[in-house]
Amino acid sequence: MAEPLLRIESLCKSFGAVKACHDLSLEIHAGEIHALIGPNGAGKTTLLNQIAGDLTPDSGQIFLAGQEITHLPLYRRAPLGLARSYQITSVFANLSVEENMLLAIQAHHGHSFRFWGRGLKDPQLLAELGPAIETVGLSERAETIAGNLSHGEKKQLEVGMALSCKPQLLLLDEPMAGMGPGGSIELSKLIHKLKKEMTILLVEHDMEAIFSLADRITVLVYGEVVATGSVEEIRSNPAVRQAYLGEED
Amino acid sequence: MLLVIEQLFNGLQLGVTLFLMSAGLTLVFGIMQVINLAHGSFYMIGAYVAATVTARSGSFLLGMAVALPAAAVVGMLVEMVVLRRLYKKEHVDQVLATFGLIMFFNELTRIIWGRQPLFMDVPSWLSGSVELIPGIPYPSYRIAVIGVGLMVALFLYLMFTRTRIGMQIRAGASNREMAGALGINIRLLYTLVFGLGTLLAGLAGVMAGPILAVEAGMGESILILTFVVIVIGGIGSVRGAFIGALLVGMVDTLGRAFLPALFRMFLSSAHADGVAASVASMSIYILMAIILIWRPKGLLPAHS
Amino acid sequence: MRMLSRFDRKKLCIFSSALLLVLLPMLAALAGEPYLVSLFTRILIYALAAASLDLILGYGGLVSLGHAAFFGMGAYAVGILAHHDFEETALISWPLIIPGSDSGLVAWPVAILVSALLAAIIGALSLRTRGMHFIMITLAFAQMLFFFFVSLEGYGGDDGLTLFSRNTLPGLDLGDDVQFYYICLASLSVFLLLAGRLVESRFGIVIRGCRENEKRMQSLGFPTYRYKLLCFVIAGAAAGLAGALIANQVEYVSPGLMHWTRSAIILVMVLLGGSGTLYGPVLGAAAFLLLEEVLSIYTEHWMVYFGPVMILVVLFARHGLFGILVGKEKRHG
Repeated sequence: MAEPLLRIESLCKSFGAVKACHDLSLEIHAGEIHALIGPNGAGKTTLLNQIAGDLTPDSGQIFLAGQEITHLPLYRRAPLGLARSYQITSVFANLSVEENMLLAIQAHHGHSFRFWGRGLKDPQLLAELGPAIETVGLSERAETIAGNLSHGEKKQLEVGMALSCKPQLLLLDEPMAGMGPGGSIELSKLIHKLKKEMTILLVEHDMEAIFSLADRITVLVYGEVVATGSVEEIRSNPAVRQAYLGEED
Repeated sequence: MLLVIEQLFNGLQLGVTLFLMSAGLTLVFGIMQVINLAHGSFYMIGAYVAATVTARSGSFLLGMAVALPAAAVVGMLVEMVVLRRLYKKEHVDQVLATFGLIMFFNELTRIIWGRQPLFMDVPSWLSGSVELIPGIPYPSYRIAVIGVGLMVALFLYLMFTRTRIGMQIRAGASNREMAGALGINIRLLYTLVFGLGTLLAGLAGVMAGPILAVEAGMGESILILTFVVIVIGGIGSVRGAFIGALLVGMVDTLGRAFLPALFRMFLSSAHADGVAASVASMSIYILMAIILIWRPKGLLPAHS
Repeated sequence: MRMLSRFDRKKLCIFSSALLLVLLPMLAALAGEPYLVSLFTRILIYALAAASLDLILGYGGLVSLGHAAFFGMGAYAVGILAHHDFEETALISWPLIIPGSDSGLVAWPVAILVSALLAAIIGALSLRTRGMHFIMITLAFAQMLFFFFVSLEGYGGDDGLTLFSRNTLPGLDLGDDVQFYYICLASLSVFLLLAGRLVESRFGIVIRGCRENEKRMQSLGFPTYRYKLLCFVIAGAAAGLAGALIANQVEYVSPGLMHWTRSAIILVMVLLGGSGTLYGPVLGAAAFLLLEEVLSIYTEHWMVYFGPVMILVVLFARHGLFGILVGKEKRHG
């Protein structure tokens, strides 16, 4: 069988007495949209943080396209094609949308030890800017300062910045959180469009979005994988229904 | 051998002084997240007030009894008028504002007391020496300083672990909003914590008065050592401050005392003393660098 | 003034101050106050030191309380070379003989290089920390250097080192205060121009991004440590040049040049003038030194007023003089 794009083996992470991840193993296949669901406190964001590099696991291993990345520093993951958006939006609040995106674009245009020239007016970077902003639907708001964007727009910007490094694996941490129904639909469409170009690991609570987008779902409870499978399998899994879906709304 | 014991005690005495300075400051750093450069000013205030009252009244204890509340009250006033507005600001703003406080207090001191240093005598009832270890006399005053320092450490330990207010302080340290939601008056708590810190600094200043010269700017030299202690011990950790203070006190004192002798074994005498003096004065910074490479957050950080 | 756009106000402000600075020696001669040249030379030198600090502080968000270490190091480089030149002894005899020098063409590049090297070492260790730790560690390293130079009896120790004369530059007589003034003005101008380009370049964008949100920068793939370190070294090198100039101006170097309170004063100048602007620190240096000059005529205790002024600036005029004259830039928070 082909090597999965992302392979996690026996991952463990504790914060003091709290076991956020407990002997967690998971495989994500190339080209799929994989959803990670579970009640609050299940360890979903912790897992995402370890994949992205914001946290280091206590034990276990993570492989991206066969290469071990478990202890790789945060800044070395993007060049390998791993990008993420944050649950609490993390953009450059004092810069405009354009400038935010340009920074993201600049990040994957080789090193930035260039001391002359105008970084923000560099034609090489600007060429990519237009399409990038359009993909996430922020063309109208290109010159707005990021701090003044609405919540949904900030999320769009987050995703836009994550996309600029042309990732092979995109990690989305609750992209729909705090968005109204209109925003969610837009974002769903975007995610669906992206599926052709990359693999997506999605942490979400919005079950409608998940059932319509996801190819496979993994259910996490108290830091452990309770079930993995297709949407149908998970929907009909009695243990999952009891542990999680039954408690929802 | 005599010399070693004597220097060990001296190191302990410096360590205890540094602990008094750093205990309060590390709490201010850890709980209120404020860089306060003016902490040395309260050490100075304690020394000046004690020196003045002692000279007028002839009683060291009276001097201390006035100086300590003075340091605490001035501290709380400073907290309410200036520091409170800095909690939400960036560190650079805090550095600037508290540096302004240093300028103000130093100059105010020169205005009130003039530029000549004041001298404080060791109280007569402590001016002898004691043979803690038979055959080795050591100044009683310094023993008293060590004693007071250790008692304060014990008191702080009991306060933090056994009393309600200590628990509230620790709660405020780990989660300010939650503590506030639980009904703890965070504003008052901060003022009290700050006041406690300045009181301890004032105490350090009072006790240092007879040993060092009391002059404007005396706070700055001890401030740097205090910062080193806090960085080594871990920001926000009183326990770390205790260990760090003893470590720094020992290393600095023993370094100055024995490095020249050590270096003379390897180098010619002229060179040895020069090099030894350099290394001795840099020793605690080298210590700090080594500890930071090994433990970037200090030895016993408050939050892991 | 409000009717002009912010950009125009900025140009006006810079242009008029530049004009004033260029004409100053003539104005001073006209007024019959030659000491003004000396005062403004001092302002220019501290402006350079402050502007170099602004590079890492205002743009990089690195609050360094040890910047004077590089200032002092540059000064001592000049001082030590001059000392050996005067004594006609070699700096070191093994493995090769390095003689002293009183030529500016030798001493000043050496000052810049040595300060850059020092900044590389201090930066490499300090930049692994952030926030409060970084502030205190930079302060501690600067103090370490202070104590080191105090203990160097061979170079004057606490008393410092006197220079026999200012450095020489071909075709110029730096002993002439007016010529020296223009050299300082030229140095400051060159730095401001280069730094101005630097902060708009790709490198500068990365530095500014690190200040805004370093985690995000790393998440995007930038190895932020390397960029911050290089910026720190550049700033240190520029401060070293300022140090070389101050050594020349007063023909004297002492460990006090690298005391942490000196770092704090340079920091004050940056914030008083307006951080994150490069030109603000020039205003700040001028304001601070002029105020010191004027206030000390009235009272030797001017600091008792200046202290509270600083507190007020922090609380109410956070963007400094540049912010008041030109207006806040929405970009730099």
